[in-house]
Amino acid sequence: MRTAFIKALCKVAAENPRVMLLTGDLGFSVLEEFAALFPDRYVNVGVAEQNLTGVAAGLASCGKICLTYSIANFPTLRCLEQIRNDVCYHKANVKVVSVGAGFAYGSQGYTHHGIEDLSIMRSLPGMTVIAPADPAEADLATRAMIAQPGPGFLRLGKAGETVLHKSPVEFVIGKAIKVREGRDLTLISTGSMLRIALEVADSLAKREISARVLSMHTVKPLDEEAVRAACRETRGILTLEEHSLTGGLGSAVADVVATMNGARARFAKWGVPDMLHHRVGSQKYMLEVCGDPLAAALRLLEE
Amino acid sequence: MSTATSCSDKTGRLDRSRELARRVRLGALSMVHKAGASHIGTCLSMSDLLACLYSFGMKVDPAKPADAGRDRFVLSKGHGAAGVYAVLAESGFFPRDWLETYCADGGKLAGHITHHGVPGVDFSSGSLGHGLSVAAGMALAAKRDGAAWKAFCLLSDGECDEGSIWEAVLFAPHHQLDNLVVLVDFNKIQSFGTVKEVLDLDPFADKWRAFNWGVREIDGHDHEQIAGALDALPFVKGRPSVIIAHTVKGKGVSFMENKLLWHYRSPDAGQLAQAKSELEVRA
Repeated sequence: MRTAFIKALCKVAAENPRVMLLTGDLGFSVLEEFAALFPDRYVNVGVAEQNLTGVAAGLASCGKICLTYSIANFPTLRCLEQIRNDVCYHKANVKVVSVGAGFAYGSQGYTHHGIEDLSIMRSLPGMTVIAPADPAEADLATRAMIAQPGPGFLRLGKAGETVLHKSPVEFVIGKAIKVREGRDLTLISTGSMLRIALEVADSLAKREISARVLSMHTVKPLDEEAVRAACRETRGILTLEEHSLTGGLGSAVADVVATMNGARARFAKWGVPDMLHHRVGSQKYMLEVCGDPLAAALRLLEE
Repeated sequence: MSTATSCSDKTGRLDRSRELARRVRLGALSMVHKAGASHIGTCLSMSDLLACLYSFGMKVDPAKPADAGRDRFVLSKGHGAAGVYAVLAESGFFPRDWLETYCADGGKLAGHITHHGVPGVDFSSGSLGHGLSVAAGMALAAKRDGAAWKAFCLLSDGECDEGSIWEAVLFAPHHQLDNLVVLVDFNKIQSFGTVKEVLDLDPFADKWRAFNWGVREIDGHDHEQIAGALDALPFVKGRPSVIIAHTVKGKGVSFMENKLLWHYRSPDAGQLAQAKSELEVRA
């Protein structure tokens, strides 16, 4: 995803001289292409995320479109108040880009687990929150986020993800992509959890359960209409996210479901339970520890 | 003004800045009195710096507050908002009667400086330690665009406890931002006591020098010294400049000077009248 991101960014920057890339001294072997093409629009501020964000806000106040780049929680939580006050308060054209979402750095320990960022970032006023599912979405999300004025958060996986979309997709901020149609159950995923959502849908299909799959790349503003439609047209909704169960995609979808009147689908969330912070391991291992999403889907229909 | 025009002030600009400072003090006093608000001490300690910046130190035009070529000003010590609102109103950025709405329900002028709908305010602040990075970003934008304007940032001494300040202090010289100017309102008093008691900053000027800044220490109430510093920018070519302004918290009102209490307290009607009379005498 990070490769798709930097390639898209270089293309956009070639057309738009206002685009600048700032890093907190991370992105080795990723950002060099941009730095070589646009040396005047690239700044490595050093290991100083508060300054990274403040400088970006200052540049943005002078007409620049700034991307702040780092990994896991560093460009979000380490400088959260700068994002809140200097970026959101000013509707500044700053896009926070974090690579290594969820458990991409699972073996590196809790400091590197990006599992609260969706919740925290979506609570900020005017902040657009996007977690693309695969390199194809990452490419389109990068372009869309830069084209849209104001604060943004782009939550990327790492590298080497397979392309999940078999054909070109239409990417609109705030509009879910219906990856698969289905009538019994709806699986709503964000970020690279789409891969697992599709695996679950395949397993359900073998049991003759038809699952709709939505790639909810934009967590804020949420595609509420897609949620309501799923709620009316299928019997259950399961959200899937590589993120804490508190405040992320599941909570955002629940907000919509809870305010629907009349007959509606059952609802459950799959994600990272609280208090997992002493576990370490590969992304695959960490996700397995979180539980079996297929079982969660089946339970939803049995209840 | 009773002060004679000094020999270095042939245009009378210091007479004008001294009069502006007096009016800023009066304006801020009336505002905090009416609003029952805190932070008058800090407004009074920085009034002379603001008056010099807005009467001759910065290239700003109240008729074109968003002009792309203007100098930028970031008040990092956002709690000094009343002083900035007063200097902006006195300079013609917005009507003086707006000052009556300071901290009022539904008013434009928040207790910590806000840019929204307020001409002349380039950036909002209120949480300490944010402004210098923002001003550095502005200065970097000017450099990258080949523009001639400067970015000014006013810090408090207490906020130099924040680590984020020193991130920016490290950043600016590395990027040769000699269009960045920091003024430190060094009034030696912070929330819980003197700077020396709470968290000693000394040797303060040496710290900035060690970080490769051009440094000048002045009496922050002496307009001739303030003007001398502003005229000499940048102090070192290729480096950002810091003016460490030694000031007195509550300056200009005898019973407020050097009193921690006036970080919090709002003057009542009697105290406001006495403060005004002291400032009128000087006119």
